[in-house]
Amino acid sequence: MKNQDKITFSRRNFIRTSALASGGLLIGFNFFTACKETAQPPVDITKLNFNDFNAFIKIADNGYVTIFSPNPEIGQGVKTSMPMIIAEELDVPWEHVSVAQGILDTNNYTRQVAGGSQSIRFGWDALRQTGATSKQMLINAAAAKWNVDASTCNASNGIIKNANGDELGYGDVVNDAAKLEIPENITLKSPKDYNIIGKDAINVDMEHIITGKPLFGLDYKTEGMTYVSVARPPAFGQKINSYDATAAKSVNGVSEVVQFGDKIAVLASSTWAAMKGKKALKIDWAKDSTLENTSDHNKELNKILDSNSLDVRREDGNVKKAFAQADKLIERTYESPFLPHNCMEPMNFYANVTTDKVHLVGPIQTPAGTARRIANLIDRNEEDIHLEMTRMGGGFGRRLYGDFALEAAEISNITKQPVKVVFSREDDMAAGIYRPAIKYRIKASIKDGKVTGYHLKEAAINSNMYGLIPNFFPAGAIENYKVETGNYRSNITTGAWRAPYTNFLAFAEQSFFDELAEELNVDAVQLRLDLLSNVEDGKDPSIEYSAKRMIDTIKLAAKKSNWGNSSSGIYQGFAAYYSHNTHVAEVVDISLENGKPKVEKVTVAVDCGIVVNPTGAKNQIEGGVIDGIGHAMYGDFSFENGKPQDVNFNTYRLIRMKETPIVETYFVENELSPTGLGEPGLPPAGGALANAIKAATGQILTKQPFIKELNSRKTDLSA
Amino acid sequence: MASYNLKVNGKEKTVNIDDDTPLLWVLRDELDLVGTKYGCGIGQCGACTVHVDGVAMRSCSVPASSLTDSEITTIEGLSTEKLSPVQEAWKELDVPQCGYCQAGQIMTATSFLKQNPNPDNQDIRNAMHGNICRCASYNRIEKAVALAAKKMS
Repeated sequence: MKNQDKITFSRRNFIRTSALASGGLLIGFNFFTACKETAQPPVDITKLNFNDFNAFIKIADNGYVTIFSPNPEIGQGVKTSMPMIIAEELDVPWEHVSVAQGILDTNNYTRQVAGGSQSIRFGWDALRQTGATSKQMLINAAAAKWNVDASTCNASNGIIKNANGDELGYGDVVNDAAKLEIPENITLKSPKDYNIIGKDAINVDMEHIITGKPLFGLDYKTEGMTYVSVARPPAFGQKINSYDATAAKSVNGVSEVVQFGDKIAVLASSTWAAMKGKKALKIDWAKDSTLENTSDHNKELNKILDSNSLDVRREDGNVKKAFAQADKLIERTYESPFLPHNCMEPMNFYANVTTDKVHLVGPIQTPAGTARRIANLIDRNEEDIHLEMTRMGGGFGRRLYGDFALEAAEISNITKQPVKVVFSREDDMAAGIYRPAIKYRIKASIKDGKVTGYHLKEAAINSNMYGLIPNFFPAGAIENYKVETGNYRSNITTGAWRAPYTNFLAFAEQSFFDELAEELNVDAVQLRLDLLSNVEDGKDPSIEYSAKRMIDTIKLAAKKSNWGNSSSGIYQGFAAYYSHNTHVAEVVDISLENGKPKVEKVTVAVDCGIVVNPTGAKNQIEGGVIDGIGHAMYGDFSFENGKPQDVNFNTYRLIRMKETPIVETYFVENELSPTGLGEPGLPPAGGALANAIKAATGQILTKQPFIKELNSRKTDLSA
Repeated sequence: MASYNLKVNGKEKTVNIDDDTPLLWVLRDELDLVGTKYGCGIGQCGACTVHVDGVAMRSCSVPASSLTDSEITTIEGLSTEKLSPVQEAWKELDVPQCGYCQAGQIMTATSFLKQNPNPDNQDIRNAMHGNICRCASYNRIEKAVALAAKKMS
């Protein structure tokens, strides 16, 4: 994983170079083939439809650089950080670089996805190589012009110099450079020479965001476009029996009402008219399949936990034997509800299906897969599909699923007009693709003061933890170790939600370790360090995390949080978790206010390798941690007869300003290749908070949301 | 449908709308001022916050037809030549993540600082509590409001 100053790569990493008719140089590069062999694609690869990334950079004849970033921007900051990497190696002033959102282009970009916190990790080598290769081409062009050897020239800050003191700007030679062969054996910069990477760069869309310019899917409009509100079955397991659109059609502005499948679209001249029209529909919904209840899910998941016929996902040693020989056994069951994503920008999409082409515009994390599905759905060639991505008002996994884009395309195809489907908040929350409800049961054995066995069972709705998770900590650290999973098939739609599975698994395991530490009479941080000392990095290649990096991260968090020496009235909880290739440790400080926990501060240590853009990186960690605390504390979502019980923010509680802790973030300093930050800050937060509440009150929390469990115990925590 | 005269960002606008149409949708769909965002439609999230006669108001929950005598200011009208101190503070501290809720946050903060130019942290937390940021950029919003107050003093 060590960075190399010199990386040999072949021309196959670059998929095209050309001189532009308008002047300038265009270079295309392929993220995936440029990845080192050791770089593994994210585990959920088939599910996320996540593969290789390609992108283009254009150097204009004034030397200014544009990167067409293929990766959708959902607030994770890649639209800023990825161009920084190119600018560093190309050696141009950061002010001369701009970034444009690439459109979906199946000829030139094979797959474009935001997901799994992988953009920076996969882009690192390719972006650097592209910048450095382009720089060398510019130098070669200048050398040819001067008739000197290129090795006697150098370039920085957009200026090429030779030994005679001559200077040329990148713009002076860019058109010549575009005609040159792509050079090989490029030398990359050493991290100590970085001028852009490692320095704060503010969000490239900043001015547009703070002055209210149209950026998001919901802001997109065309002349003659019709707004659409869609009535979908209010409960999972329902279909349309009959409907009466008379009242809806009489609403001012409503132009058309059409049924498609078990949904009804109301088309109107404004969003408000469409929404009013939808409310005026009289629909008789009929039962189509089981109308499920949260209480049924609880029973089904418990049955799975009690069963002995689950899928074994990893097994080391002999857990049964370790349990039989134990001095002591500890067992806990942890429960979490479904969760909606609740992106602030509700789902929406624009579609204009004509005989010539299919024009689609909107916020989508998986443009290529969605375009394919739309082509299939409306029986068109993929070449007809022209998809533009907008900035996204949050993703959190919800916009991996293109259901809303398919609806827009289908409605436009039926009604032969440009349409924009807009979900109301109620639509967004009730037609979700939710984080599934999950239960974990963990059992561990202690013998002679050591943890000798660890058995984790997962019972989840619809699907289970992805392939690599069983190889996360404590795999490798405990001799006898077993992970088993099973699921219950529900008609409620479920999918990825920021840090899939680990967003709850980390809470379960990290709370459990706290109990183990207490049982062993050892400090909670020390227990992790002791367990990690059993792991020799690289010995078992299936182990996903690095024990050394985790130890360094834990020690940094303990030091910065003053672990074990907190001030009076402050109670601390600790958790550490590796996910999405990044190691994170967190200490939560709470106080008790009128007997209720008040989260004061979270100290976070992160090893994500080189930090490309520190301000953006801290933003991701601060957001992930507060998101994790908010959902652990308040996130609650249940079903009665297939119907979601909350559909708006008057009853569904999201964390707000007054409940927000101060987050202090520290990065482990090293020169290792960077990894992603969109997700890894979230998983440890819930566990660290639960452990702090336990430290303050003795209450052991096993169910999310915590607020509900604390209230149901009617415990006066100040007592 | 009826015709109403509105004064938005200092300009007179005539719109032909139903009298129950919330200001939010008039701004977004009729006047092409899409900086004001839709988040919940029931006044719970603050994404649609605008100023009516200088006071922060949830545009999703007020009919435009009731505002014919008022001065309406949206994020687009907050600054003309250069950024306002609140916008400057937002930029300086790199506040936004996805950015969707930030116009509403900035409008709430601007109105609040007019009423309370020297807030302490608790004042800021109370004032901003009604605006949801799903990316949870709350730490930076809190700091940016404090910085804006400093810039304005």
